[in-house]
Formats: sequence, C-alpha cells, structure tokens
Amino acid sequence: MSFKEDFPMLKSDIIYFDNCATTLKPNSVIDEISNYYKNYSANAHRGDYDISRVVDEKLLEVREKVGRFINSKSADEIVFTSGTTESLNLVIKGFFEDYLKANDEILTTKAEHASLILPLFEIAKKTNAKVKYIDLKDDLTLTMENVVKSVNKNTKVIALSHITNVIGDVRPIKEICKYAHEHGIIVLIDGAQSVPHEKVDVNDMDIDFLTFSAHKMLGPTGVGVLYGKEKYLSKVKPLILGGGMNAFFDSLMNVEYKDLPEKLEAGTQNLSGILGFGKALDYINEIGIDNIHKKEVELKKYMVDKMSKLKNIIIYNKDIENGIITFNVDGVFAQDVAAYLNKKKICVRVGNHCAKILSEVLGVKNTCRASLYFYNTKEEIDKFIEALDNDNILYESL
Amino acid sequence: MDENLKRSIMIEHYQNPLNRGLVNDDSYKKVNMNSKSCIDNLDYQVKIENDVIKDVKFDGEACAISTSSSSIMTELVKGKTIKEVENIIENYENMINEKPYDKELLKEANCYDEIYKQPNRKKCALLPYEGLKKILEENK
Repeated sequence: MSFKEDFPMLKSDIIYFDNCATTLKPNSVIDEISNYYKNYSANAHRGDYDISRVVDEKLLEVREKVGRFINSKSADEIVFTSGTTESLNLVIKGFFEDYLKANDEILTTKAEHASLILPLFEIAKKTNAKVKYIDLKDDLTLTMENVVKSVNKNTKVIALSHITNVIGDVRPIKEICKYAHEHGIIVLIDGAQSVPHEKVDVNDMDIDFLTFSAHKMLGPTGVGVLYGKEKYLSKVKPLILGGGMNAFFDSLMNVEYKDLPEKLEAGTQNLSGILGFGKALDYINEIGIDNIHKKEVELKKYMVDKMSKLKNIIIYNKDIENGIITFNVDGVFAQDVAAYLNKKKICVRVGNHCAKILSEVLGVKNTCRASLYFYNTKEEIDKFIEALDNDNILYESL
Repeated sequence: MDENLKRSIMIEHYQNPLNRGLVNDDSYKKVNMNSKSCIDNLDYQVKIENDVIKDVKFDGEACAISTSSSSIMTELVKGKTIKEVENIIENYENMINEKPYDKELLKEANCYDEIYKQPNRKKCALLPYEGLKKILEENK
C-alpha cells in the first residue's frame, strides 16, 4: 500500500496535521462518488428499475459494513445522517427531550464539543432537567472515580465524547456504561474522534447511542452515523418528516412511519457520499483499525520526544496515547504560530477547538493542535520540528 | 518601506501597543470585535466630540497583526474629524485589497501593504477598522 499513490492530496507539498477536523480522501472514495454519478445515478427506494435496485443494494451493503465496523447487532441500528452534529441533535432532541423530566440530571464534562453541549443546553431549558459537569483531573482527563462521584438518583443520562478533540484523552467507556446501566442511566457517546482511530465495539462496550462522521475517517463530508440500541433507537422521534420515511398517510392525517432505520432518514440521502463512505471503511479495514492506532501512537511519541527538546514549547497532553498534540509556543499567540506554520505549508488548527468551556479548566484560551493520522510520516514531523526550532517565529509569522 | 522595517513596526506596536487598556467612561462608545473566522477578540472604545475623534482605546486577546494594526489605527485617527477618518478607512481598505490608495495618509499603517500575500491575515489587519466603522455607524 502506498499512501502517496492512494491519496491525491499527499502529492502536494502541504503537510496536513489537522486530521481531527477532517481527513484526506483516498482515490477509491473519490472514484466511488463519481462512479455513482457516472454509472447508476438513481434515487434509492425506487426498485422498479435496475439502476435503482443497485443503489438500494449498495446502500444496504454500506449499512451492514458500518454495523460490522462497530459490531452492532443489526444493520437496522445504523442510521445515516449528515454528520456527528446531526446525529447528536437527533438523539438529544428526538429522544432525550421526551425522556427527561424536571430535575433529572444529565452528566457531561467541560471538555465537550459544541455539537453535544448546545443541544443538551436547549433540552435542559425545555425540560428543566439539569446539566451537570463531572470533575476533570488536573491533567483534564476523566476518571471512573469522578464519574461514580457525580452519579446520584436523579442522573438519567451520561453524554460524553469517547475521545475529546482538544487533548485527546480516552474515556473508560466500557466501565462507564456498565456502571450507568446498573443505575438505570442511558449513555450517549460522541465517537467522532474515536471511531476513526481505534476499535470501538458497541456490543462489548455496551454503548446505548454512538455518533460519528464519515469525513473524519477518509469518507466524504455530509455523511454521519447514529447508532442506537434497537430498544432506544425505536423511540427516537424523527425530527424531519417527508418522503422515504413514511409507510402510509391519508387526507384525515392518519400517518404511519416506516420501520428503522428509514424512519429516521427522511428525504433523499447523500447517496454518493454514503457509497463513498463504504470505500473509506474498506480502506481502513485493509490497514486494520488496531494498526492505525499503533501508528498514530508511534508518530505522536516521535513528535513529542522531538518537541520536548525544543525551547519554549509547552505541550498540554504529552502522555495521552493517540495522534493529538496540543501545544503553544511560549510568548507567541497561537494564531501567529499557525500563520507562521502556514508559511511553511504546515496545516495546524488554532483556537478553542469548539470546546469553549474547556478554557475555564485549561487556564489558557487558545492552543495550537496538531492531529495526526496513519498517512502522516516521520519526515513530515521532522519538517515540523525544523520549523518550530526557531527563535524568530513571531517575527517570521508577519 | 522594506520588509524588515515593516516587520519591526508591527513587532514594536505588538509588544508595546499604544492606547491599550479600556477606560471606565460612558462618554466613550464601545464595540467588541470577535472575529468569526479566527480567534481575535478585541474591544474598542472611541470618544467623539463635535465630529472629532478625541480618543481611541482598545484591549483584548489577539494576534500580532490585529494587535499592532489596532495600535497604529488609534494613533492614525486621533484628533481627526469623522470625515477625515472615513477617508483614512477607505484608503486603508483599498491598500489591503490591492487597490489604489493615498500612501501619505496612512503613515505607519503602510506596513500592511503586502498583507494580501497572506490572505488569511487580511481580516486581522482589517479588524480594528471594522470596529471603528461600526462605532461611527452607531454614532450617526
């Protein structure tokens, strides 16, 4: 396998270290998308002619592939959405809003992404349920001990990311689900930063709801997944109504919806995108998700070892085992560091990474984040280190 | 202006900004400029009397470009009439957008005349002038 051959973007002279935001796409994904438009550009659920049946079959194939990838019991537990954000909104507004009553408690943390926090705020206001934050340790990680401490008889939901997008710590999801279920609590896991990078087994971890995005795992933008255990997913109310999701309606307003998963997929889906996502999963499966994780850990270790030898670099998440390195250059504003690196054709992200309330805990508002994926190389890291090994970063950023 | 001189002006105004620090005075009009596309977050205060900019202050957290350009802007517009300031803003915007402009008028702010080479920094250089425009608009 040659990543340089497979990923057109890797042929450019850009060093892409913003894989938490989105990943690059291999030719197989790009080709599958155009294959749909060139060869069987029909809508789904119109089985009256051959090319539509092909679309239906391929759609089901990808749904099953996604199910196998996270080890769901059935492909019917896989709902396609436009991305993690829509998946989270769908489960929070379509299920938790009716499920929660006044004074019920939702547990989350201050390190979560806006796409989880903002819908939680909205339904908390509507239902008078309370959003409570589990304490993070000084290094911003979450311990099982602090989860247990935060649970009380009013706790009804725990909603967390599996891996946070700022410092990248991995939460003990299996233990959290076990403890939660013993106390009648439903667990929603945002897997946007975990599913692309390490094995997530919804069956083994006993996760109730899981969300993730295709574009963060080699797939196209505009495709995401909501996984839910059938007993809960069947209670999620569709937020969007229309074609493809209804089984029957008449002029007297009698309406019957289809079964899962179509019930939650109104309108024409992003068909080309979903089919492209299938090829992304094939690519990841070919390398092996465990190998991907191993490679990221190895690359991060290499990067951190070299960065630690430089003066003036502050790393906030040295010991966390994945591909995310959150750092600042002492005395230089994060935005200026990124502008400087951009001049060297190195892409890193700056800011609060959509986790605006984490700055209350982290103590610094803005950081630079380099996030790696399996196709990054030690040569790229060497160039990055060479760029940072400079006393005039501020001056040269101008 | 050679490149080193331009950078030196920016660094000087970034590290020792003029008119930084807000005042607790209701006679100043205030605006917050929280850039949508980057992390610059600056407040501006302007005191206007008889159509003249009497004083300008700013404060907040921002990159070297928007901080230095804020500092230079405050000096550039202080003591000028609103009409003169509107003319300065127009010329400054023209410079940033590579259109003809009056060099004399912009003094030290000429140091940003090549910022177009870093397109994602243009908004940083423009931020203080956007803030100023907002205040002038509200003053009308």
